[in-house]
Amino acid sequence: MSGSLEFLVQLLNGIQYGLLLFLLASGLSLIFGIMGVLNLAHGSFYMVGAYLAFWLARDIGNIWLAIPIELAMVLLIGVILESALFSRLYHRDHLQQVLLSFGLILIFEELRSIFFGDDVHGVPVPPLLRSSIPLTGTLSYPVYRLFISGACLVVAGLMYLVIQKTRVGMMIRAGSTNREMVQSLGINIKLIYRWVFAVGVTLAALAGMIAAPISSVYPGMGSQILIICFVVVVVGGIGSIKGAMISALTIGIVDTLGQVLLPEFSGAAVYLLMAVILLWWPQGLFRVA
Amino acid sequence: MLMLGAVCVGLMPLTGATFYVQLVSKIMILAIFAMSLDLLVGSAGLVSLGHGAFFGVAGYAIALLSPKYQAASLWWTLPVVLIISAALALIVGLLVLRTSGVYFIMVTLAFGQMLYSLFHDTKLGGGSDGLYLYVRPTSSIAGYQPFDLEKPLHFFYFVFVIMLGVYVLLNRVRVSPFGHALAGLKVNEQRMRSLGFPPIPYKLGAFVLAGTLTGLAGYLAACQFGFVNPEMLSWHYSAMVLMMLILGGVARFHGAIVGAFAYVLLQEMLASQAVFGAIAKHWQLGMGVLIVLSVLLLPNGLTSLLDRLSRVRLRQNS
Repeated sequence: MSGSLEFLVQLLNGIQYGLLLFLLASGLSLIFGIMGVLNLAHGSFYMVGAYLAFWLARDIGNIWLAIPIELAMVLLIGVILESALFSRLYHRDHLQQVLLSFGLILIFEELRSIFFGDDVHGVPVPPLLRSSIPLTGTLSYPVYRLFISGACLVVAGLMYLVIQKTRVGMMIRAGSTNREMVQSLGINIKLIYRWVFAVGVTLAALAGMIAAPISSVYPGMGSQILIICFVVVVVGGIGSIKGAMISALTIGIVDTLGQVLLPEFSGAAVYLLMAVILLWWPQGLFRVA
Repeated sequence: MLMLGAVCVGLMPLTGATFYVQLVSKIMILAIFAMSLDLLVGSAGLVSLGHGAFFGVAGYAIALLSPKYQAASLWWTLPVVLIISAALALIVGLLVLRTSGVYFIMVTLAFGQMLYSLFHDTKLGGGSDGLYLYVRPTSSIAGYQPFDLEKPLHFFYFVFVIMLGVYVLLNRVRVSPFGHALAGLKVNEQRMRSLGFPPIPYKLGAFVLAGTLTGLAGYLAACQFGFVNPEMLSWHYSAMVLMMLILGGVARFHGAIVGAFAYVLLQEMLASQAVFGAIAKHWQLGMGVLIVLSVLLLPNGLTSLLDRLSRVRLRQNS
């Protein structure tokens, strides 16, 4: 009995990790799907979010106040980066986008090292969510993990509503299909791109923020998550939110269960899954674009 | 101009100290890596972020093939390592070439990282510490030793000759029918297919050749550094070499060599305490800024500046 409950706990952990991956991958996919930019620095924003959470939780103390401040800061960074750097590369090839964002990764990593050092830091779980739900005498499930899953689902729902049901969403979808046409209809496509980019990286930072109390913050965390994100996007297919959701959940569960069952090879398990998918569906499971 | 550069590098050890001989050896090894990647990026238009894997696996292969405190023979380990690299490139290539464009970038990165985690997490290659290669391979055949790789100067010229050889080989490939087919595929795959050039065999050929030559660079790197670790396989290594390419200029092999020199010398300067004092520890910050600036301001690389200069001079002469 306790064996199957333990399995259930790991499954829930896997789903929670998968939902977090979805939050990250959807931002990456959004930026690529609409502007055609491959942003390797996406993982760095995850790291920025996590370190901001660490910093503001330590110095402000109140995480509910800290989160809006942090999100506003990242949004601003996103707007600045888009207008100063990425907007110049929309018409250049992927190689240059890759290298520009690689340069940004180095800059972010080094700034992190200058301001916060190279140690691993823990981030406290906010007091309100510190309890856990008892399952058996020895087994329990932390409320904070449920909160992460819930938050990711809410954001995913909001994103769906904005893109599919609002006027702005209509402009975004149109802009990804035909930039010139949308522009000639009097819509400021540059402004739309700017905000899509900023919102995309803010989603990554949000993921880093809410994950920080579980994962703690450490050097190289952005790079690690970026690659898993790529696997999610490759498996799910670029431009498909549904595909991103399904593949993020699959990879979250495979990775989490893999770490329990085959700890030595867990690192390779998700890549193996990707190789199998590539053999049968080279375009990913749900490619739209 | 190119000949002049080659002669300069070739004569360099006569003047420089051992430190510089070793530094330039390292740069030339990276130049071999960069040229082989340019075959994919410049000739075939395939941007690979997983090429560090071939570099690292070849390094691990020579470290694992060598007896612990004795020298292995150069004459059988080098071909074996090249065959291993080629076989690995064939397997990986068959999978990753099913994708293209931005997918290709992400998939090569993921496969590279898979090999990285394999060497990092298992005992096969000594985990995250890596392996030591205490003695460099020996060139002796039946008691006669034509050169000694343990001597920095001999190693320097060994790498120098290989680098020139790779340069000549890749230029030959570029002007061969195979190279023209690759160039055609880069521009218009649909049209090439209708002309009777199936894309996959050509791309796979380029991928395997590039992987093999990167393995050659990995073999030399393991010999020079005396150790291998998982960092050699990481995608940061691939990205760094891509940066050398764009710094020097894509789609011209001398650009790869110029880029390797420029990148490593810049890095040495930024990390030098004599120049930057305490901030030298954070040299990556300066490197990141330089990378961003060079992508924005110099998209065609340093050699394009040279081209432009010589064009101006030609016009003045005529």
